Amino acid sequence: MTIKLKVENVSKLFNDKRGEGLSLLKQGRAKDEIFRDIGVTVGIDNVSFEVNEGEIFVIMGLSGSGKSTLVRTLNGLIKPTMGKIMIGGDDVASCDAKRLREIRRREITMVFQHFALFPHKTVAENVAFGLRVRGLGKDERRQAAIEALARVGLQDHADSMPDQLSGGMQQRVGLARGLATDPEILLMDEPFGALDPLIRREMQDELIVLQKELKKTIIFITHDLNEALLLGDRIAIMKDGAFVQVGTAQDIVSHPADDYVRAFVADVDRSRVFTASDIAKDADHIPVHTKAIRALAVMDKAGVDLAHVVDAKEMLVGAVTRETLEAAKPDTPVADLMDTDVPSVSGESYINEMYTAAQSGAPIAVTDEDGKFVGSIEPASIFGHLASDESAGDDEDGTADDALPPQPAAPEPLGSDVRDAKQERPNQ
Amino acid sequence: MSPSDLLILPFEDWINAFVRGFLVPNFRPLFRALQVPVNEVLQGFDAFFAWVPMLAVTAAFALLAWRVVGRGMAIVTIVGFCFIDMIELWPETMTTLAMIITSVLFCTVIGVPIGILVARSDRAWKLTRPILDIMQTVPSFVYLVPIVMLFGVGMAPGIIATIIFALPPIIRMTNLGIRNVRGDLIEAAEAFGATPTQTLLEVQVPLAMRTIMAGLNQTLMLAMSMVVIAALIGAGGLGLVVNTGLGRLNVGQATAGGVGIVILAIVLDRITQGFAEPGKGQKTGLIAALKSFVSGQTVEPASQTYSDKTA
Ligand SMILES: Nc1ncnc2c1ncn2[C@@H]1O[C@H](COP(=O)(O)OP(=O)(O)O)[C@@H](O)[C@H]1O
Ligand SMILES: [Mg+2]
Repeated sequence: MTIKLKVENVSKLFNDKRGEGLSLLKQGRAKDEIFRDIGVTVGIDNVSFEVNEGEIFVIMGLSGSGKSTLVRTLNGLIKPTMGKIMIGGDDVASCDAKRLREIRRREITMVFQHFALFPHKTVAENVAFGLRVRGLGKDERRQAAIEALARVGLQDHADSMPDQLSGGMQQRVGLARGLATDPEILLMDEPFGALDPLIRREMQDELIVLQKELKKTIIFITHDLNEALLLGDRIAIMKDGAFVQVGTAQDIVSHPADDYVRAFVADVDRSRVFTASDIAKDADHIPVHTKAIRALAVMDKAGVDLAHVVDAKEMLVGAVTRETLEAAKPDTPVADLMDTDVPSVSGESYINEMYTAAQSGAPIAVTDEDGKFVGSIEPASIFGHLASDESAGDDEDGTADDALPPQPAAPEPLGSDVRDAKQERPNQ
Repeated sequence: MSPSDLLILPFEDWINAFVRGFLVPNFRPLFRALQVPVNEVLQGFDAFFAWVPMLAVTAAFALLAWRVVGRGMAIVTIVGFCFIDMIELWPETMTTLAMIITSVLFCTVIGVPIGILVARSDRAWKLTRPILDIMQTVPSFVYLVPIVMLFGVGMAPGIIATIIFALPPIIRMTNLGIRNVRGDLIEAAEAFGATPTQTLLEVQVPLAMRTIMAGLNQTLMLAMSMVVIAALIGAGGLGLVVNTGLGRLNVGQATAGGVGIVILAIVLDRITQGFAEPGKGQKTGLIAALKSFVSGQTVEPASQTYSDKTA
């Protein structure tokens, strides 16, 4: 995976004319202490991180934690007091004005919290602004603007003025403006923060859809943890200018680094954080031509009453129960005994999308995007994952596993390793 | 007992020595040269307004007033201008108009760049502000003294006095307009790689336009108020009519001149105010207005608002 943006030890102090604040900060003094003693505001306190190509990296923190300051150092709108910001081969923090403009014109754009659309320009002119400053001709600009507007579904509003549009539409224009120059990196500073909750949800979903297609490298700022968990491939939790924890949504919810993060995640909707492959267990599965007697042996070993059946390509085809196997002749192939109507979910579904599948009470089969069987979930165990205390979140490595032997010794093909399935998910 | 018993300062002599002994002999050519562009522009406008028929001028102003302000103002313009013509002051009014336009033009050309400059540097604004304060507290009469010393009398010196007197508001308002442009819009321009000049021309100046127009309106009104005073040092037009009327104790003539000035002032004031008011003037450009006038349709800035549902 290529690293698109590399931030190294960036700090920013406001009103620190004599550098006293920086030395206090290096001595490990707290942000409010430094402000109280010498009136210097610590905006960013020694932050380092890397963002991979095609990743949505979310920076989440309360108001005043330094998110806007940090995101503005990334495109040089704010010069950090110290540290490096590497984009391509350039250090944004130290390159000259001309080079910085070039980077802003080609490689990195921004979407603003309050849209920041130019009220005297039409929607299309707004969207084409980056191309205009780059010196592109009128027709080319217009065409690129219309294309970018089409991506956000606003091509019909190209000649409207921004104030004729609703907030949600205005921010779509803001997004189109950010996309029109086809940058590698998109900075978004609380882009949906000024929108109504319903519109915000709509925009979040749209961004997810858009990102599937565009695969931009996105730095997304938010103060809303649920938004962070929904959008972020990785999330950084920021407090008093410093990163407290960086990790995937699942990491942060199931292993909060400290009490600050713990307090945050306490009332997170876990059903929207954990996916089927996060909570799926390894489970033995039976090839479709296995005879009943062999299948029974596998199930005995595993101590289960139901096993999923796969074909030669490991695709899920059904499930058999101990009852049917015992009632059948020993050499009947399971193909003739299995129930093909089994509840199954894709590994990427969130828990809140699994409730219907859980209704029958039977174990739910989990498949990857090709339909291959990767594991199964006991409906009863789902609720364990929704409880907010950490031990419940850790269930997958704990008590529930006792029901199944971790390393079944059966000669039959074993359930694919759930861990592998997890690693195949992008950006984990 | 007072300080003057102890010491008398020959202040007058100092000033005389400075102006007569230093400024005038050394800089006369410069001051003469300064008059040249003013004279050229003034004569151009004067000749133009003398050449254009009264009805054409009236029609043009009425049209402008109609588009920028409204129908009522268009009627006021027509009635007012006809009245001026019927009291036989049309040529004088056109001379005054040429003088005003010349002064305001120079004020704009000088004032807007200065305003932009001081808006971009706090230090420059700190230096400029007290100068503007002084310029606006000095009574207009007092300007005449050094002007006459340096430039002599006549049309051009009168206009130069007017330019200096009317300059401060446009500088102030340009500065204010540029400084008041929303910070995130400037950030947005920069974030997309605009140079400082591009940011200025694409974002700051257009968004400051209304405020600059309000400054232009104030500048214009100050210039109008100098019409009579400038006539004292040889500028012509309606000011001269008022002055001669007063000199001959001809109340009728002085009043006629005064009424002419008032009518012209009202028309110019309302039209320039219209440009500065929100919702008018900017979206419907002059060209569009003229086109619509010709085609008989009205162009209104579209004001539909879409709800999120239609998105
Ligand atoms: N230009 C500035 N001058 C002084 N302090 C500032 C400035 N900009 C931001 N700060 C301070 O830096 C801290 C971080 O602000 P900000 O980055 O805006 O936080 P956030 O975006 O997370 O709400 C705050 O304490 C804020 O008061
Ligand atoms: Mg912020």
